[in-house]
Amino acid sequence: MKARPSRFMLGGRTYSPAASLLLATPFLLVLMLAFLLPLGMLLRESLFVPSFTVEHYRRVFDEPVYLRVMYRTIRISALVTLISLLLGYPLAAMMARTRGLMLNLLLVAVLLPLWTSVLVRTYAWLVLLQRNGVVNDLLTGLGIVDAPMQLLRTEGAVVLAMSHVLLPFVVLPLYATLRAIPDDYARAARMLGANGFAVFRHVTLPLSMPGITSGCVMVFLLALGFFVTPALIGGPQQMMLATLVQQQVTELLNWPFAGAIIGVLLLAVLGLMIVFHRVIRLDRFVGQA
Amino acid sequence: MRAAAGGAELRTGTGNGEHVGVHELVKRYGDVAAVDGVTFGVRTGEFLALLGPSGSGKTTVLMNIAGFDFPDFGRIEIGGQDVTWTPSHKRNLGMVFQRYTLFPHMTVLDNIAFPLRMRKIGRAEREERARVALRTVRLEGYGERKPAQLSGGQQQRVAMARAVVYNPEVLLMDEPLSALDKNLREEMQIEIKHLQRELGVTVIFVTHDQTEALTMADRIAVLDLGKLQQLDTPKALYEQPTSAFVAGFIGETNFWPAVASGDAVAGSELGVTLEGGERATVTAADAIRGGQKVKVAIRPENIRLSKDGAGVQASVEEAIYAGSITTLLLRSKGPTLRVRVGPDGALGEPAPGTPFTLGWQTRHARAYAA
Repeated sequence: MKARPSRFMLGGRTYSPAASLLLATPFLLVLMLAFLLPLGMLLRESLFVPSFTVEHYRRVFDEPVYLRVMYRTIRISALVTLISLLLGYPLAAMMARTRGLMLNLLLVAVLLPLWTSVLVRTYAWLVLLQRNGVVNDLLTGLGIVDAPMQLLRTEGAVVLAMSHVLLPFVVLPLYATLRAIPDDYARAARMLGANGFAVFRHVTLPLSMPGITSGCVMVFLLALGFFVTPALIGGPQQMMLATLVQQQVTELLNWPFAGAIIGVLLLAVLGLMIVFHRVIRLDRFVGQA
Repeated sequence: MRAAAGGAELRTGTGNGEHVGVHELVKRYGDVAAVDGVTFGVRTGEFLALLGPSGSGKTTVLMNIAGFDFPDFGRIEIGGQDVTWTPSHKRNLGMVFQRYTLFPHMTVLDNIAFPLRMRKIGRAEREERARVALRTVRLEGYGERKPAQLSGGQQQRVAMARAVVYNPEVLLMDEPLSALDKNLREEMQIEIKHLQRELGVTVIFVTHDQTEALTMADRIAVLDLGKLQQLDTPKALYEQPTSAFVAGFIGETNFWPAVASGDAVAGSELGVTLEGGERATVTAADAIRGGQKVKVAIRPENIRLSKDGAGVQASVEEAIYAGSITTLLLRSKGPTLRVRVGPDGALGEPAPGTPFTLGWQTRHARAYAA
């Protein structure tokens, strides 16, 4: 008997539309019910409570404190992204050239933080940075400073702790990208007269751009909505958007205003992403096939 | 190492006048010696092929010349200067790789101008020289494209333009055609050869394809198990291989086990008893003592078939038609032999079972110590 091709499979490469829909449905359902629906409701409240109004949005822009928090959130996120990239790139480059046991150890070292709760990691920073914490003990013990310094509730501490928590998200895509670049490109460049730095500048860096972009976008977006770390490590002076929203919702029960803050953030991120995409056009790096 | 018969003076020149010198090169990976004491010289303007099966050490030799790898022992000289420990980017060599040769994020012209840019040559001049190089490989008008928009053959031509645009000392090629299909490969072989003659550049070309080496090279260095087996012109390698390995690796060869009837120095006539009991006269490729076991190598096209009674006997087992030639598989009293006959042979299309008497010129049957 001849086997009839299933109508769910077209060749080996692509699924039929029916199969595609079936496979994506569970995810799409969760996305709709758990994300888009509540978000939509929140945004609707920000515009239609009590009746159609832009009052909540006007308040975001009228009261400097909210704009300040938003600006700070974007600034801290950008800083965290930059630091993660600067710490992560050399590590990823080194991992891309490592094999065997050493590579596995490095991968575990990168992934281990991801297997630990963010809360635990943040408390670890709390222990390290508090007034009588490890860092201050060390600094006073060595006589570098006379009295313990204010480390917690500083923007530096927030940036440091967030960079640590988010580092894997830039290392992993970068590692994957760098690993996939054939050695021959660097060899060819060397042969053509490029020294180590020139190879990096003209070959490795541009070819790893897709990894840099995806890693940075991931870290930046995660940082924008980060709640636990800034809330615990930072004080009121380091308040970020997530904390602000949480205050509005749980303490002041001002849902429409929380919705307005989120709406503004959403638009800001969308705008940033569009600019980012225009400036760094991914297709530029591989050319049209 | 044995000296090539009739080609001893072509061998490992270590004196003056050579462009690249490899001296006593040894490279070990763990316990394995990838290259085990290789010495040879490449003359100025010469096209030298490094030929060998995978694991022969040919690529390792090239990597040491290129400066991507460094030897445990031995020296590399280019233009009379010791460059054994010189970093790649200061050796002023050109290189074409098997693939992943062109930088995918740069245009064709930027790729070709890259080595000039690394040499701090001004924009106008490097663009001009890149355009000239592009014309040399007959790809004018392709300068603004990205490498991915070119075919495989075009990409390798651009890679060649890039490798010669800065007039490097020596052009290294690491199996540059092996990713191309057969027709294109043959076309490119001729094109590379022409370009090399035109530019007069010294080329070291690594390949595992003996036809490619025979077609393109002025001389071929055959490597096996990390050692240089023979370095000679294609003709000398094919007609007077100095070892059974080279005889079997270059072209096709029948090996017939035999026992020497008397002593013979290399190059002289030798009587042998072939496996199966028949007697024959061959040429000793090595010094042979009487009673010693030998392997007699005869190429398929050098065996003559006749109906005369006297001589070594065999019968047709199978005839394999391949257009311009027909290969006959013959059952002898010893091994099954391959014999090549032309299409207009007086033999017609021999039916299986047809008996023949085999003959060959003494110089075409070479006996190696087994």
